[in-house]
Amino acid sequence: MSEFMDIITADNLTYKQKVLKLAQAAENSEHPIPTTPAFDRFFSRDAICDMHEGNAPYRARYICVDFQKFARQGSDFLRLDAPENLDDLLFNLEVLYENIPSVTGRPVYCGQLDKIIDPFLGDLSDEEILPRLKRFLNFIDRTVASGYCHANIGPEETRAGRLLLEADAEVQNAVPNFTIKYDPAITSDDFARLCLKTAMRCANPAFANHRLLKDTYPVPEAGYPDGYTIVSCYNVLPVRGGAYCLDRVKLSRLADMAGSVDEFMDKLLPEATAALLEYMNARVTFLVEKSSFFQSSFLVREGLIERERFCGMFGVIGMHECIEKLLGPGHTYGTDDEANDLADAIMGKVTAQVLDFPAVYSEIGGDHYLMHAQAGFGDQLESTPGVRIRVGDEPEVFYDHLRHSARMHRFFTAGVSDIFPVEPTAAGNLDALLDVIKGAFAIDDKYLSFYPSDSDLVRITGFLVKRSEMEKFAAGKAVLADTSHDGEGNWRANALGDRKVRL
Amino acid sequence: MACRAPVNRIIPFSLVDGPGARCSVFLQGCNIACTYCHNPETQRLCVGCGVCVESCPAGALSRADGSVIWDRTACVACDTCIEVCEHRASPRIAWQTPEEIFGIVRGYAPFIRGITVSGGECMLYPGFLRELFSLCKAVGLGTLIDSNGTIDFAAHEDLLAVSDGIMLDVKAWDPDVFSKLTGGDVAPVKRNLAFLAERGRIEELRVVVIDGWTDPEDTLAGMAGLLGERTGAQRLRLTKFRRFGVRGPLADAPSPTDERMAALVRLAERLGFADIVLS
Ligand code: SF4
Ligand code: SF4
Repeated sequence: MSEFMDIITADNLTYKQKVLKLAQAAENSEHPIPTTPAFDRFFSRDAICDMHEGNAPYRARYICVDFQKFARQGSDFLRLDAPENLDDLLFNLEVLYENIPSVTGRPVYCGQLDKIIDPFLGDLSDEEILPRLKRFLNFIDRTVASGYCHANIGPEETRAGRLLLEADAEVQNAVPNFTIKYDPAITSDDFARLCLKTAMRCANPAFANHRLLKDTYPVPEAGYPDGYTIVSCYNVLPVRGGAYCLDRVKLSRLADMAGSVDEFMDKLLPEATAALLEYMNARVTFLVEKSSFFQSSFLVREGLIERERFCGMFGVIGMHECIEKLLGPGHTYGTDDEANDLADAIMGKVTAQVLDFPAVYSEIGGDHYLMHAQAGFGDQLESTPGVRIRVGDEPEVFYDHLRHSARMHRFFTAGVSDIFPVEPTAAGNLDALLDVIKGAFAIDDKYLSFYPSDSDLVRITGFLVKRSEMEKFAAGKAVLADTSHDGEGNWRANALGDRKVRL
Repeated sequence: MACRAPVNRIIPFSLVDGPGARCSVFLQGCNIACTYCHNPETQRLCVGCGVCVESCPAGALSRADGSVIWDRTACVACDTCIEVCEHRASPRIAWQTPEEIFGIVRGYAPFIRGITVSGGECMLYPGFLRELFSLCKAVGLGTLIDSNGTIDFAAHEDLLAVSDGIMLDVKAWDPDVFSKLTGGDVAPVKRNLAFLAERGRIEELRVVVIDGWTDPEDTLAGMAGLLGERTGAQRLRLTKFRRFGVRGPLADAPSPTDERMAALVRLAERLGFADIVLS
């Protein structure tokens, strides 16, 4: 059977999932982007990877619509007036979500929801607002139905933020992910505790180190408090812009090609990095110049996104296995100094090369691509996400783990994270969790998330899925959210159930 | 060895030993012996009988001059030694100075807000505590004592001066119940309760509930009677007995029901307690 027929006849995919997969298959029957022999060589060894983004990109990978602007102006194209009350606003947002493309076909970002919603609360009572927010969150969960979709709140405490957390804890959805932009100098302890209390109920929100991230990108216009937003798993991207693409070096596979550390450092790593950077330029050029995406999208026309606020992401994955292969047993990444120093040197080298390379159409990144610690998807064995320590090899003392994270996080502009399951009893001492987050952020960890170790909602690489839905899919049944597919494979491949319970 | 104490264990991150993230330090040796003790191997100091040395599968224990030497690096933490010990002791302790402990604890900053020293009974080593706490205070780390209350705090003003507060066990109120449960005398516990409450130094009062062994209703009433109008100012933790680690007659005893715990909360509220935690 052809690939197309396999999709058409599958009995564990929903209609929408089939349409998406058929579109991907059709796209992949074209090959408009030239590759170099070096790229082909590394690609065939799985040492560099285009993330199955499709051969002929006709939309940016991640789009971070300026929903605040949309809330002010409505949309000519969608024939939506500027909202006058909460119902108008939520309706308008729902319509817009249906019209945002991405690599998954669904939006990976649904807005800094507290900031968008708060001005529309007026004198509605909590009892009037909560059912509306729950319906809205359920709409996103059931229609976007992708765990890669992300909402932001914070750093300020707002009424909308509090109510969103309350609604989210009640609906127990995997979509959207929430992140709080957290800065202890701005976010009250009360609000931070409410976030943690919610995280102990529904694994949301995760914590982003706002102090470190707030100046990552210029603001889209005067009056905006910051220019970044967290989308998809934990990508840090320019709001009113986004990411053209995400391509990656699989360090673990690249290490397979190396005869020695020196060969890896001096030859393979620079060659693979260069090959991938050239490929990204070709890809971005096609998207910007040929695909007509930026020329035809109403999002651009209405100023909800700007081409100049897009950039490509250069990803790395599989540091743990890379070090293991290069140094052999006895030097465990995460706990061994030599292993950690080598990882540091590898990241230093890749980052320097990426930041030296003239990237096309990447004004927002200073004409360079952005580093991202890619987390992987599906059941890829031998590739621990990004620069994380492999499950089972975590340092005995949690604080050493956090210090290691901080050391590696510093290389990544466009996203890096760590995930820690915590004892359910931590719900009884939220201050303890907060102390740890404060400590970790003070030493420059960039992004952390927690979930109770007995939770149905679990984080895979960054995105959330329900354990119960993964089990359904593993049993051969169709499930609504296709992130359950990625989650199920990844959960098994990376033994995520064995993550060290940290607190 | 004026100022060394036998350290059984250091837990870098504890959720249950006071407010926020804390490092817990467990000292070896206790002056009573509770039937429900979760760590009976912390009750006594090693007498050097040597039984555990033979049983260690990792060769981590050896004898020298009548005492037992523990090789931390060889130990595989199998717990065989503490299972075979008939003296409620452990060979896995290190006599350490306050400076040594502080050196370890300090490495856990900035993640913790303080330390809690527990046991065994840590008040057997007041001089050690005073020095350790002074070092912690100097760098802004909080200092809590977890005590069974049988050693008079009034005699240790200098220690109190560097302690943030005391987590005080009130295991029973009736002298006979207390003595049957612990082998000790409840009178000093009551003196400490009055003294520390008057000074505002109680971080938390802890009452463990075991059907048939403690009489928590009587304990709550006794405490409230003694505390009077100060009752509402004390945080009360009501803890369900759990059999993990327990040896002896309570090794298989059941935990009290949620209904019993809820009834105790209601009673405590009636008696004037305002800040009640269930665990
Ligand atoms: S720890 Fe116990 S068994 Fe081992 S030597 Fe000491 S008293 Fe004897
Ligand atoms: S726990 Fe005790 S018996 Fe087991 S290896 Fe360590 S010292 Fe030996």
